[in-house]
Amino acid sequence: MRNFFAKRREMMTGYMFVSPWLIGFLLFMAWPIYFSLNLSFHKVIISSEGIKKTWLGWDNFKYAFLSDPKYLEELLTFIKSVIFMIPIIIVFAMLVALLINQPIRMKGFFRAIFFLPVVITSGQVVKELFAQGAAAAPIVERYGIVQYIQTNMDPSWGEPLLNIINQLIVILWYSGVQILIFLAGLQKVNTQIYEAASIDGASPWEIFWKITLPSIKPFILVNIIYTTVDLFTNSLNDVIELIKVHMFQIDTGFGYATSLAWIYFTVIFVLLLIVVAIFGRNDDYNPRQAGR
Amino acid sequence: MKLEATTFRKAVREMDKSMLIRIGYKIKKFLLGKQGNDGIIFKLVVYGLLISIGFVYVYPILFMISQSFKSLDDLLDPTVQWLPKSLHMDNFFKAWVVLDFMKSFGASLLNSVLPALAQTISCALVGYGFAKFAFPGKNVMFALILMTFIIPVQVVMIPLFLLFQQYGMLGSPLPFVIPALFAGGIKSALFILIYTQFFRTIPKSLEESAQLDGAGALKTFFRIILPISVPAIVVVFLFSLVWHWNETYTTSLYLGDSMSTLPVMLQQFDLSFSQNYSSSQVSGQKVNINESIKLAGTVLIILPLLILYLFAQKWFVEVVDKTGITGE
Repeated sequence: MRNFFAKRREMMTGYMFVSPWLIGFLLFMAWPIYFSLNLSFHKVIISSEGIKKTWLGWDNFKYAFLSDPKYLEELLTFIKSVIFMIPIIIVFAMLVALLINQPIRMKGFFRAIFFLPVVITSGQVVKELFAQGAAAAPIVERYGIVQYIQTNMDPSWGEPLLNIINQLIVILWYSGVQILIFLAGLQKVNTQIYEAASIDGASPWEIFWKITLPSIKPFILVNIIYTTVDLFTNSLNDVIELIKVHMFQIDTGFGYATSLAWIYFTVIFVLLLIVVAIFGRNDDYNPRQAGR
Repeated sequence: MKLEATTFRKAVREMDKSMLIRIGYKIKKFLLGKQGNDGIIFKLVVYGLLISIGFVYVYPILFMISQSFKSLDDLLDPTVQWLPKSLHMDNFFKAWVVLDFMKSFGASLLNSVLPALAQTISCALVGYGFAKFAFPGKNVMFALILMTFIIPVQVVMIPLFLLFQQYGMLGSPLPFVIPALFAGGIKSALFILIYTQFFRTIPKSLEESAQLDGAGALKTFFRIILPISVPAIVVVFLFSLVWHWNETYTTSLYLGDSMSTLPVMLQQFDLSFSQNYSSSQVSGQKVNINESIKLAGTVLIILPLLILYLFAQKWFVEVVDKTGITGE
């Protein structure tokens, strides 16, 4: 009986602590989600008397896919560039994390350098840097990479790739958090395994592929998810800009803008599902657990 | 005698050989190291890579700073690459005027410090609830929190806009502060996660002993738990501050024309520049916008963040270590 009361008490205290979130979620998340889903099936006109809604059914979505001159194209271009950007960011983050994890001096300094952009990358500042050409890596132009891509690749894929090359540095700027996550993962690998492997004559190259990489595999998944969400939700891309433009256009309005937002969310969700399906399998041998 | 000499020579040769091998081994060890990652060559490669990648990484910032000091002559002069001939502060004065710096700086502070404070406190409470108590529906709620992380703000933005409009909150920091008070707002899912992971590492016995001394759950939280959670609190506050500071998408939507934060002012830089300086044509000297002035404006905007980073760099970087965000 006493135990029952103690449990009940714990339950109530728990609810008390999470109640701010619960209220906030209902007010600023659940209700808006319901409302915007509802709006996306309507034509919405806002006048001084209030909101006037006309039921449209799937027309907004049909219009987005079949008639909208820009949305689908922008969305596809963005998805393509994200598909290029994710591996670039992940590989770069892993490389830098591996370098910093070596026994070097001034570790803190290098960590600080590579984390710096996280603090200053607001969409607007980054856009400004793009516009002034500060973001292009100076080396790329020299070796004819641009021409190579232009002549050898289909423009529908070549264009996004060229865009990325032109903005390479700033894209790499989106890897600050990922570097830290990889570093944390690397630091948790048991160093005895490395010693044992090198005594057995494994080269650093083999150690990387057979020990380091498998043990930070969970962190790769975390990083891919983080990168995807980060890229899709920052204001760098034209798709969300388009959504905002449609909000205040009289002929499209809030209803159409919300349906665009929902399509956008569905894309993110499907992409994340694919990522988890590919990288989430946990059937591999994990030396980190074996070492314990 | 002769025999002795040959054996002696032979012995010397033997010794030379073994010395050579030993020296060779030492050189090899020096260059390549014992374990493959402690030799000098490896170290040189690591430092070389780190320095060159690091340089490329901060290149846009260096470029921006160098460019912002250039006068028009320097800008057009191809021989001037990194160091301007003179430190041309005029760009900054112009950008200061165009950005209306003091006013927009105040707006930026208001719209980032207040929501950040609210978020730091509310997310701590919620994170503690998830970390330490068992209650039905906990896992569902936690899944919902993770869900909110991937929902783009565009989905809920319009209903929220209408809601805030209805209550006359547009044009004030309230649309940011109020959701933040309820553990919502920019990236709050991440902050709840950070706190939850952090509080989990605090041993249960600490709270039990506080409870034995007669402290209630709230009192325990504020008197015992919060004081030892300074690392997590600082990390959440700093990130919340920075992310609110950098937000332009929802800021320009919710604040409209009544208040402009620094990044929003940068968005309208060209427009407000021509408003500020087109009249000066009358006085004979024509002022044209050029990229140096714009980049000076950009420098002014990120300068407060750079200064903050300089002092709080340790905290920013230790987010993963200190709070165990990656989980286990």
